[in-house]
Amino acid sequence: MFGMAPFLIDSAPYESTMGLVYKIFYFHFPSAMTMLVSALTCGVASAIFLFSRRPGADRVAVAAAELSVVFGLLVFVTGPLWARKAWGTWWIWDPRITSTFIMWMVFNAYLLLRRFGGAGSEVLAAAVGFFGMALVPFVYWSVNLWRTIHPLTSVVPTLPVNMGIPLYFCWTAFTILFVALMLIRVRLEHARTRLEEAYLAVDD
Amino acid sequence: MTNVLRAAWLIARKDFRIESRSRELVYTALFFAVSCILIFSFAFVREGEAIDNSAAGILWVAIAFSGTLALGRTFERERQAETLRALLLAPVERSAVYLGKFLGVLSLLIGIEVVLVPLVAFLFNAPLERAPGLLLALLAAGTVGFVAVGTLFAAMLGRAESRDVLLPVVLYPITLPALVGGMQGTAAIFAAEPNLALAQTWLSMLIFFDAVFITLSLWTFAPVMGE
Repeated sequence: MFGMAPFLIDSAPYESTMGLVYKIFYFHFPSAMTMLVSALTCGVASAIFLFSRRPGADRVAVAAAELSVVFGLLVFVTGPLWARKAWGTWWIWDPRITSTFIMWMVFNAYLLLRRFGGAGSEVLAAAVGFFGMALVPFVYWSVNLWRTIHPLTSVVPTLPVNMGIPLYFCWTAFTILFVALMLIRVRLEHARTRLEEAYLAVDD
Repeated sequence: MTNVLRAAWLIARKDFRIESRSRELVYTALFFAVSCILIFSFAFVREGEAIDNSAAGILWVAIAFSGTLALGRTFERERQAETLRALLLAPVERSAVYLGKFLGVLSLLIGIEVVLVPLVAFLFNAPLERAPGLLLALLAAGTVGFVAVGTLFAAMLGRAESRDVLLPVVLYPITLPALVGGMQGTAAIFAAEPNLALAQTWLSMLIFFDAVFITLSLWTFAPVMGE
């Protein structure tokens, strides 16, 4: 699907005021949505792990946290490139960008905690993931008290068909990529646990 | 319920007594806050006058920094004396331990603010007398929110490696709504054209944040602290 995406994006019409740069939107928006989905996955999995201590939930949480950081990075690379052309500036402290940035920071904190927290840090990280999810409405609400120039979500359904098709195509591709990466990452984590268990069994 | 509150009160009183004998945290955190203000003065003072509306931001960043110091040190003390385990083994509800620690840090931070707020107002020309009740409410609600989340994370990081680095890393993104609410609300009061309705909106957000995050902290404290 990623092989086909450039051709579809190429066939989409130029946006009247922004020209060629507009096409980055076909990657920007899907990465942002995928980041949101994986952040949500991490929050839910963290909550489940925190209260039930199911190791599977922890594996999903760490995979989702890593992916939300990766897709977040994509958002922050494609966004400024587009904003520079569209708004004339790389970065604007508007509500949506700010809240995305804050959530991205939360999941970075999650990963840092896991990486450097030592033994037992998965429980602590789960608390960060859980609190990060509870934070979403507050972050969104508090940064919304400022004025916004970001396109509203209502723009997407009203796009003309020849722009909409490549967009939905890319969005689907990103979602499939997310699921595939999740599966691989969870399996890796699972293998790692098995390996550790095997080592411990040999030591005994 | 009364048992929980009584145990929490006893733990808070224990911390309070330790602090009143050594006064280590009050002095160091306060001094640290004042040094922060000194650094800010170089960033936000132009030609002898503070930049418009910088007082609110300076005040809240100083509160957040000294609060982090106090949170880290409170639990470091318990760890050094190996008393955190004893505290967790005590035959009381886990939530009582959390509440006790929360009250201890909260009273410490309020003590620091009592000095810090007039000092910032004095140095940066902030009109404290404009809406004192609203300002006090904002300070209280913001501090409660910050300390509520901070106590939980400082407690759980008590046993982690490199906890001194990880506490601010985790704390600032998650307490951000409390700090932003306090900062923006205070800024709305201190502004050249004060907007008290906006400050009230921020206050209600803060109270809502406090309610949600105290509940969540009480709820997660037991599973996070483990057996």
